[in-house]
Amino acid sequence: MLQAIGAASVAELFESIPSELRLNRPLAIPPALSEIELTQHAKKLAGKNLGAETATCFLGGGAYDHFIPAVVDSLASRGEFYTSYTPYQPEVSQGNLQVMFEYETLICQLTGMDVSNASLYDGASATVEAALMCLAQNDGRRKVVVPESLHPEYRMCLKTYFQWIGAELVEVATPEGTLDLQAWTNAIDSQTACVILPQPNFFGIVEDLKPFAAVAKSAGASVVACVDAISLGILDKPSNWSADVVVAEGQSLGNPLQYGGPYLGILACREAFVRRLPGRIAGQTIDRSGKRCWVLTLQTREQHIRREKATSNICTNQGLFALRAAIYLSLLGPQGLKETALLCGQKAHYLKQQITSAPRYSIAFDGATWCEFVVRDQSGDVAGTLEYLQSKGILGGIPLGQWYPELSDCFLVAVTEKRTKCELDSYVAALKHLSVGAFVTNA
Amino acid sequence: MRNTKSTQLIFELSRSGRRAHLLPPADVPNVDLGSVLPSGALADAPPPLPELAEGDVVRHFTNLSTLNMSVDTHFYPLGSCTMKYNPKRNERLASLPGLVDVHPYQPESTIQGLLEILWNVQNDFAEISGLPAVSLQPAAGAHGELAALMVAAAHFRKLGQHRPNVLAPDSSHGTNPASAKMAGFETITVKSGANGLVDLNDLRSKVNEKTAVFMITNPSTLGLFDTQIKEIAEIVHSHGGLIYLDGANMNAILGITRPGDFGADMMHYNPHKTFSGPHGGGGPGAGPICVRDFLAPYLPAPTVGRKGDTYYLDQGGSDSVGRVRSFFGNVGVLLRAFFYIRSLGGSGLKEVSENAVLNANYLLSRVRHILPVPHGNRCMHEFVASASNLKKEKGISAMDLAKRLLDFGFHAPTVYFPLTVPEAVMVEPTETESKEMMDAFVEALFRITGESADLLHEAPHTTKISRPDEVTAARKPVMKWTAS
Repeated sequence: MLQAIGAASVAELFESIPSELRLNRPLAIPPALSEIELTQHAKKLAGKNLGAETATCFLGGGAYDHFIPAVVDSLASRGEFYTSYTPYQPEVSQGNLQVMFEYETLICQLTGMDVSNASLYDGASATVEAALMCLAQNDGRRKVVVPESLHPEYRMCLKTYFQWIGAELVEVATPEGTLDLQAWTNAIDSQTACVILPQPNFFGIVEDLKPFAAVAKSAGASVVACVDAISLGILDKPSNWSADVVVAEGQSLGNPLQYGGPYLGILACREAFVRRLPGRIAGQTIDRSGKRCWVLTLQTREQHIRREKATSNICTNQGLFALRAAIYLSLLGPQGLKETALLCGQKAHYLKQQITSAPRYSIAFDGATWCEFVVRDQSGDVAGTLEYLQSKGILGGIPLGQWYPELSDCFLVAVTEKRTKCELDSYVAALKHLSVGAFVTNA
Repeated sequence: MRNTKSTQLIFELSRSGRRAHLLPPADVPNVDLGSVLPSGALADAPPPLPELAEGDVVRHFTNLSTLNMSVDTHFYPLGSCTMKYNPKRNERLASLPGLVDVHPYQPESTIQGLLEILWNVQNDFAEISGLPAVSLQPAAGAHGELAALMVAAAHFRKLGQHRPNVLAPDSSHGTNPASAKMAGFETITVKSGANGLVDLNDLRSKVNEKTAVFMITNPSTLGLFDTQIKEIAEIVHSHGGLIYLDGANMNAILGITRPGDFGADMMHYNPHKTFSGPHGGGGPGAGPICVRDFLAPYLPAPTVGRKGDTYYLDQGGSDSVGRVRSFFGNVGVLLRAFFYIRSLGGSGLKEVSENAVLNANYLLSRVRHILPVPHGNRCMHEFVASASNLKKEKGISAMDLAKRLLDFGFHAPTVYFPLTVPEAVMVEPTETESKEMMDAFVEALFRITGESADLLHEAPHTTKISRPDEVTAARKPVMKWTAS
């Protein structure tokens, strides 16, 4: 090969790199491992972690231990899917393009929206992009109003992005875990580009959001719904409560926890917003012989065509995880999604009721909940509670004090369809054990 | 033999009442959720998803997969995307219990092995880049660009300097100016000279005290290492600006030269390119960023720290730009990068770049007898040929070549990028292709340029579909299936 090139050595090929800029020592990276050694090394490191397959996981907060059917892993591990790339050549990417189109349709069916993109990075970035869409759509308005019951990390991301573009995040307090119509109304004005309404909210509470959306609409603001995908098996589509844009974390739809990513940002909107929609979109068309087929469409929104005038800088999507979500939703169907949502809700309710039999613990908020709820440790020792649960092989909850100082005696508990009554009873037994001798005030 | 039914949409395969995934009966006392939850929030009926048997779902998606070209099945010389072989071992190891099933809000004491891996990934990325401070949070290359530009903006805000401009060469990725805008900057384009490198006079005329960052891709999208990089950095630094390296092309320089050593202050990696993360039909990727020490306080948090033998999450200080996404980052992609780096070791990584550059130069030496390569006889990991003459002489465009290559069983190179080369054909073989495969590609390209223009205008001829009507798709967009 060097002969064909006309070079004396491989080193000669790097001549354009000035010698004073070269690294004149080996990289300080450990020597190569064979596959056997690497596997042993990886297993050793993996073995130091306590995963949800070993422990009993009651953690949620935007990422959930839902069941993943074998078909999802089996199909998504086909090399034709996961070693291909963005379908720049549609003639040899019809598999991926059709999956994108099916994913988009499934998301529209789920949310009631007109159009979905082919996915974003995660729920938080989808929420940010939704806000940016609304700021652009309602040109001149610079405020985005959210309740403090929106995921704290999503609010952090909004702040991160807003500081450079002159947009303002208005956060409305939710001291009882729910929105107050008066406080909400006071926060919205003629500068409000959009509101973001979580359903269920970060505390697991389900609210009738129609009046809150109506206030925003009457002020000329757009409504972004931030929803849990599985909950839509029983909860109303956001289109029915006036949402213009819907975002969700798609991890729940057949994607593993893997410490927070890659996940799947779901973003769908009404027709009027489509030119503002960031990311790839697959559309239907015909080929030269009139055969139905699929292509990437409306690419004039995108960075590779429009550069600084693009709707967003996004380039890659989460194709593999959109594929997994499409397979998952196809496997569950309407009835499966409904039954999954019902099972989560019923098991969560059982645990919520049983926990109150442990005197040291109470339910922090009165609001109705679906699969997640906030527990108050009346002794205030949340860390002690969670450590004890962990010693029993239970990942018992997420301490809320890190985001809500006033809830430093509280933790968030999530229950999925995977939890058994036996596991729920063990959880309660542990809390009862911790309640023995506890000083409890019943004010 | 192709299963033609697979062209049906999953919705068209649906039959009322069919089920795949069955749920267990409830083992807790029944609660009527309809009476617990507010009635105004409940659905009348579940969403109208398709109804299928498990076998229907498996056959449908399996058949769809066969309609794709992929690295596992084809040579995929898509320039700028580094479509190298994705080792299967990485897939298995990233799916080990203890890695794949870890919740993002688990206590640090339960994820010491994972944090150890992530800490090592940070160190390896710092070592390879020569830039010591790392944030693994960004989810993709463009996301990393944006996060790093926010870091720069926060740095200048802290210094009390108003620097509204970002400079980027005309050959840069479209994400560069798009990211700059989202971080509140105006982009000013810097011209390339006839040699494809940055035009230093143009750079000098545009850089000033308003310049925050010069974003450079080096090696460039033309596959050239900019020999003037040190001077470029000196020019920008002398005006108080920062150099951002778009790390899309790191596959050419692993262990050979380091961005931190040639003047870059910040960069992102694309681990799905350089470190063999599979591209997943469009993602997920990851976009970790590395910066100089003085920029470390502004990085998105958390990062991984170590005290003694214990690993912990460092939540950062008040100067951090904040979060750019939820949770830690695209850990699944970072794990694959870790396993890749450990499989190769330091010297193996250098061999990756040597072989990537050798392969690209070999392919260049043969392709240039078929298509002119405007920017020289040598390249780094990729090169850009031009079908400009072919178009003038025979009416055969870069697009025609791309489409006809599909008939010969090759994925097309990137075409029409970078914008600075007319009828651009951007070829990146990567280090994992054999000489025989590249020879076959050249042979196909040679044959195609001898074919009639009419035949090529109608290519591809052997794929499932012929060229789609993209104009109608954009003019009358159909973006979801509706029941007819």
